[in-house]
Amino acid sequence: MRVISHWLKPEIRHGAGYPILLLGGVALLVSAAIGIADRTTRADIARRQLEDLQATLQQVVPAEYYDNDPVRDTVTVQEGHRSVQVYRARRKGRVQAVSFRTTAPGYGSSEMVMIVGVDRDGKLLGVRVISHAETPGLGDKIETSKSDWILGFAGRSLSDPPPAGWGVKKDGGVFDQFTGATITPRAVVKAVKGGLELFAHHRAVLLDESSGGNDR
Amino acid sequence: MNDYRGIFADGLWNNNVVFAQMLALCPLMAVTSTATNGLGMGLATTAVLLASNVVVASLRHWIAPEVRIPVYVLLIASLVTLADMAINAWLHELYKVLGLFIPLIVVNCCVLGRAESFASRQPVSAAAADGLAMGLGLTLALVMIGACREILGSATLFSHASLLLGPAFTFLEITLIEDYRGFLLMLLPPGGFLVLGFLLAGKRVIERVAEKREVKEEFHCSVQ
Repeated sequence: MRVISHWLKPEIRHGAGYPILLLGGVALLVSAAIGIADRTTRADIARRQLEDLQATLQQVVPAEYYDNDPVRDTVTVQEGHRSVQVYRARRKGRVQAVSFRTTAPGYGSSEMVMIVGVDRDGKLLGVRVISHAETPGLGDKIETSKSDWILGFAGRSLSDPPPAGWGVKKDGGVFDQFTGATITPRAVVKAVKGGLELFAHHRAVLLDESSGGNDR
Repeated sequence: MNDYRGIFADGLWNNNVVFAQMLALCPLMAVTSTATNGLGMGLATTAVLLASNVVVASLRHWIAPEVRIPVYVLLIASLVTLADMAINAWLHELYKVLGLFIPLIVVNCCVLGRAESFASRQPVSAAAADGLAMGLGLTLALVMIGACREILGSATLFSHASLLLGPAFTFLEITLIEDYRGFLLMLLPPGGFLVLGFLLAGKRVIERVAEKREVKEEFHCSVQ
């Protein structure tokens, strides 16, 4: 108590070292508070993020394809200079489908992030855009809430349409572009094709059941 | 009590953060594309303003004037970090809507402004009232601008309110015109500036009318 009352005396606040001590003390206190808050919230935040990921994966791989927890059954493959984490959906131990994130530079200020689901025969189950910065009203038709455009990828594969058809109609392909926005759908089509190629390159590794959840 | 009435009148109207002080315009343009986003951002900022005003006012006798600004910045930044973590962990649906904008509260100069100009020289209770009043005033402004932009831009009002406030608030979500083509300009930042300009002009008009009425009444009294 005497220490506290000593520090509460007004004279002490006029000392030359007081501002330094004050700033240091406040910094220490707030760091401690943030440290404690981090420890309290970390587990909850990790759980919420896992739930988010599961919800996203469910959009591109239908529930009847798996009885495992794809979020925990992952394989990491190298594609070019980037490494991609692939989530595997298994049913009765057999890998039925995989899903992974892929990105494409769009028209907006940041990359579009997409999640792609592919079944074991290399056929697309679904594509969804998770985040993007495309122009509202023009390029944002890639969202399911704005347009059904992105649902058109389901059932496609590298041979359907043939390679020349993997583009927007303006470039001689089979996919629609949007009025006033060609760059966005063009980038999405290219990224989805890239995703299918990634699957084709690494098919053997991805479907290798014995490597079961080495990243678990 | 009169004092508190003054504080709230200042916060909500006379000295409103947006409409009178013209602060907080950066988060304002970023989040007010819908009324719901404005409401969420306003409430989160109110919580931070209230907490920072209380902390600064209770420490006001110990904070040395030489280092007061760094101390305020430290306090505010850590309060925002705490809010960010808490919302992410326990109000995750809200976090998905507002996540990107919560760190923006740090750059909202009205928080530092209130700490410096009000909380640092007032008792804790008055500072708390000021934080609440300023926060509510900001929320009001954000919701008004958000509502105008949302109605003009996409013909809805309070869309996704149930994500923010819970399923009980689904009734707030109104679609005014089905199959509306959208008015892009309003959803982009320039729309925010346009709406803000018109609302500011509206406030001026209201104030001028009120002033005239006062003058007339005074005239009446003197004649009688």
